[in-house]
Amino acid sequence: MGVSAEPPVPAGPDRGGVLDREVERNVLTTTVERLLNWARASSVWPVQFGLACCAIEMISSAASRFDIARYGSELFRASPRQADLMIVAGRVSQKMAPVVRHIYDQMLEPKWVIAMGDCASTGGLYNNYAVVQGVDKVVPVDIYVAGCPPRPEALLHGLGVLQDLIARGATRRR
Amino acid sequence: MDHQAPNQESLLDRLRPHIPWGLTTPREERGRSIILVTAGALLDVLRASRDHLGLDMLLDLTAWDRMPALPRFEVVYLLGRAGAADRLTVKAQVDGEPPRLPTATGLYRAAVFPEREVYDMFGLVFDGHPDLRRILMPDDWEGHPLRRDFSLFEEPVEFHGHAPKVPSEIIPYFPTGSGSGSGGAAPPGTGSDAGDLPPSGEAPGWGRQPPVDRPSGPDTERK
Amino acid sequence: MTPSGAGSGLTPSAAAAPGSAGPEVLTLNVGPQHPGTHGVLRVVVELEGEIIRRATPEIGYLHTGIEKQMEARTYLQNVTLVDRIEYLASYNEEMAFYQAVERLLGVEPPPRARAIRILMCELNRIGSHLMYLAAGTLDLNVSSVFMYAMTDREKYLDLSEMLSGQRMMPGYFRPGGVAMDLPEGFVEAARAFLEELPRRLDEYERLLDDNLIWRERLEGIAPLSREDAIALGATGPVLRGSGVAHDCRTLLPYGGYDEYRFDVPVRTEGDAYARYLVRMEEMRQSRRIALQVLDRLPDGPIIVNDRKIALPPRAELARSMEAVIHQFKLVSEGLHPPAGDSYVATESPRGEKGYFIVSDGSNRPVRAHVRAPSFYNLQALPAMVEGHLLSDLVVAIASIDIVLGDVDR
Repeated sequence: MGVSAEPPVPAGPDRGGVLDREVERNVLTTTVERLLNWARASSVWPVQFGLACCAIEMISSAASRFDIARYGSELFRASPRQADLMIVAGRVSQKMAPVVRHIYDQMLEPKWVIAMGDCASTGGLYNNYAVVQGVDKVVPVDIYVAGCPPRPEALLHGLGVLQDLIARGATRRR
Repeated sequence: MDHQAPNQESLLDRLRPHIPWGLTTPREERGRSIILVTAGALLDVLRASRDHLGLDMLLDLTAWDRMPALPRFEVVYLLGRAGAADRLTVKAQVDGEPPRLPTATGLYRAAVFPEREVYDMFGLVFDGHPDLRRILMPDDWEGHPLRRDFSLFEEPVEFHGHAPKVPSEIIPYFPTGSGSGSGGAAPPGTGSDAGDLPPSGEAPGWGRQPPVDRPSGPDTERK
Repeated sequence: MTPSGAGSGLTPSAAAAPGSAGPEVLTLNVGPQHPGTHGVLRVVVELEGEIIRRATPEIGYLHTGIEKQMEARTYLQNVTLVDRIEYLASYNEEMAFYQAVERLLGVEPPPRARAIRILMCELNRIGSHLMYLAAGTLDLNVSSVFMYAMTDREKYLDLSEMLSGQRMMPGYFRPGGVAMDLPEGFVEAARAFLEELPRRLDEYERLLDDNLIWRERLEGIAPLSREDAIALGATGPVLRGSGVAHDCRTLLPYGGYDEYRFDVPVRTEGDAYARYLVRMEEMRQSRRIALQVLDRLPDGPIIVNDRKIALPPRAELARSMEAVIHQFKLVSEGLHPPAGDSYVATESPRGEKGYFIVSDGSNRPVRAHVRAPSFYNLQALPAMVEGHLLSDLVVAIASIDIVLGDVDR
């Protein structure tokens, strides 16, 4: 990691041009914020929050065929205090909604939420008394992954979009 | 396909001397032995089934709302025998506010959870249950969801250019006698003499969606 | 004393009876968010040191109102709801539902449909038990077996996708048969999967059966006596691991199971290791059934030939007005089983599954109740863990092979 270095002002007619280009080619410069965003995006560790059937596809995405670890999500943390991402995988029932909020509140900033599947996004198949019509009624959601259940590739795509968001430093007002 | 479990016919006959037979309505149907009992005779029948028929497993305990028929609720017990094919369905019909039945947990420990579920979903109180509280809904929930006058609480979905619809309106309720006919022959024993069967052709006034009597025809657009 | 990851911690408290000289009882909340509970299950344990004195499962965190919603849908629409109840064994679930519906209708699917249904149910049983192996070993941190079992399960999911288009939640069965015929290449792919399976199972046995840690963590753990299992309504591998030879496929054959020869594994020890062995052997027996089905797969229609139950073939729509009317009626209205109720006991990977369906002759069920095996098996959990160590709670839950969608519906 290099630090922005002031190129020496050369004597002569080509003030700064060639040297700037040489510096750009050979020295990696960045800002602290971009460095942090790159680090956050590259190792997003989800909290284990599988609720229902989507959890099975989430587990499949963590297994060796789809391997979410190669995208940086090496470990699904059991404790929300050690996780960055909450993948709400499954239908959120009335009884579970306060628990979802509780777990979300226990996570430390910066944190993100992926609503995986139709039930977490909008209530899905279950338009009834028992299911909260979308987990975004309980926690703020960054990415919605559609599907019932979404294929592991779909979840990985959603994770990729989230990583782009994070790397760009896009944050949501909370 | 109509599997006749062994000794099925004689199950009810073997049960007969041990229970107040006059308070029951037995029938055989599609390979199942079913007996409808009064609430007062329920525990006697369950005990006799366990002790004299060897039906040591309570496989299922559930209920359903027969409204507008009375008595309103019917509680269904499915008894079975471990390692054997003997099965007996015991039904009891109750009414009241709240409807009450004696608990079966003294006879079958497997009744603890399902009686809580029936209480939660229907409001049916089981006298003598060790821990009668809600099991599926939150503790402070009001109402009993599986009752037919409890709405499903569907949120209407908005469509472009159409009135908002709830999903159960997409294919609405069609009672019998709407001209569409029924599939397959009615099995024996399911006529109106079977006292525990639902009234056919009656629209039960389900939640807040009134049943729609539709003439059969190609017009399906609802506004 | 709260272990990390014990989740929402809504009611932890140290409850020593004031003024008593007895041991201090700690009430610990496990779940509903917990890696070891296989879903959103909450268990409130009262501990004396490491010994569990009381364990109370609290459920309802996944209650979806499926039974009520089934009353607002037609019998065909309900297949999508039914899939998602016991989501690891969707084909078995559809089988149970449509067995009850077909019993009401008084029809039987044609032989080819029956064979395809049994094939998919047994393949699903293999897939479900592989998931049990994956999750159960992951709980004990045998993550290599987790990876291998998930990879094998992917092969089953590929078969499901080839057939119905979906890895999970296929929505493949129909009243009176199945939705579409086996695609080209399916039989070969299924055979390849089944040929490979014994070597994979031998590999798992090599990794686990002689593994001291696996044996120590499962043998003698979470014991359930025969009497308790029967009294608490447990079925499936939980009951068969406790010495009761009770399998609905042999006792009350349905859907054509009496045409195939297979054994039902039973063990008498009643501990978690016995249930593990039962499931491993069940996978081999499911393979046996599936191979018999593939060998004998009859030709013929894949759905019953009753226009009031099954859609007419597309070619007929061009020729016959009645076919068009039947198609229209079935799609826009659904079928009308005669009034009555029915229940058919089927064997899902977790135990006895049956649908108690009440019909009033209309196009919607008046009541559709699921006899959920996990609901009853969970009642056996306190009997398994009380008096034993806290660390065995996770093993006990894994050995029940619980699916919370089934418990809470």
